[in-house]
Amino acid sequence: MKLIDSQYLFTHQHFANRDEALTALASALTQGGRVKDSYQKAIFDREAIFPTGLPTGKIGVAIPHADSQHVNQSTIAVATLNHPVTFQNMGDPDSTVDVSIIIMLAIAEPKGQITMLQKLMSIVQNQEHLDQLLHYDQISALQTDLEQTFAGIQLA
Amino acid sequence: MKKILVACGSGIATSTVARAALEELMADKGIGADKVSFTQTSIPQIPSMANEYDLIVTTARYTEDVGVPVVNGLPFLTNIGEDAVVDKIITLLGFDN
Repeated sequence: MKLIDSQYLFTHQHFANRDEALTALASALTQGGRVKDSYQKAIFDREAIFPTGLPTGKIGVAIPHADSQHVNQSTIAVATLNHPVTFQNMGDPDSTVDVSIIIMLAIAEPKGQITMLQKLMSIVQNQEHLDQLLHYDQISALQTDLEQTFAGIQLA
Repeated sequence: MKKILVACGSGIATSTVARAALEELMADKGIGADKVSFTQTSIPQIPSMANEYDLIVTTARYTEDVGVPVVNGLPFLTNIGEDAVVDKIITLLGFDN
């Protein structure tokens, strides 16, 4: 099972709002059997208490995730958006972040995710890389980039 | 030995990243494992653990008064303004004296 799978990558998406975007990604993971039926609710519950919008600069990123108990197979689902949707800021829920890239994490093994998270943050901290991700038209191009970025990471 | 508690929503994901970044940045400034230790937890656990630590770093907002300085560690995730936060932590822990 691959961490990055084209089935869970989406480019140039149009979503009316955050909830629509979260539902689309979580449903894809659920339908593909990567997560349990409880995952989607866990994502929403978690976003309400601990939002995941990161004020990374011009291109905002959100990293919705849920506890590993809701996950079957570790997967990173990514959606790049044509028009940003609003997430609450992780560090200050009273402020918001315009999010253009949603990276939804389904991690089955809590201990296995440290390297993956560090790689992920290296993307999030790099506006040039984010700009590149945002402009891929083909899912295959996005997939190749992400596979290279996360190369060598083994998760359950 | 100063003790820092790093907390996020679950105590697993973003606290891991923040802890790794903070550990490295402090080591760069000569404050290594001989001077400071790190523990991770979830935000709901903070009140029951706070009194055993010198400082708390959270990746989500935390405004409760737990009798210990609380620092927002979001810059360790976004890489924006992290130097200022490290300096603040070093000052709060008294390492700059």
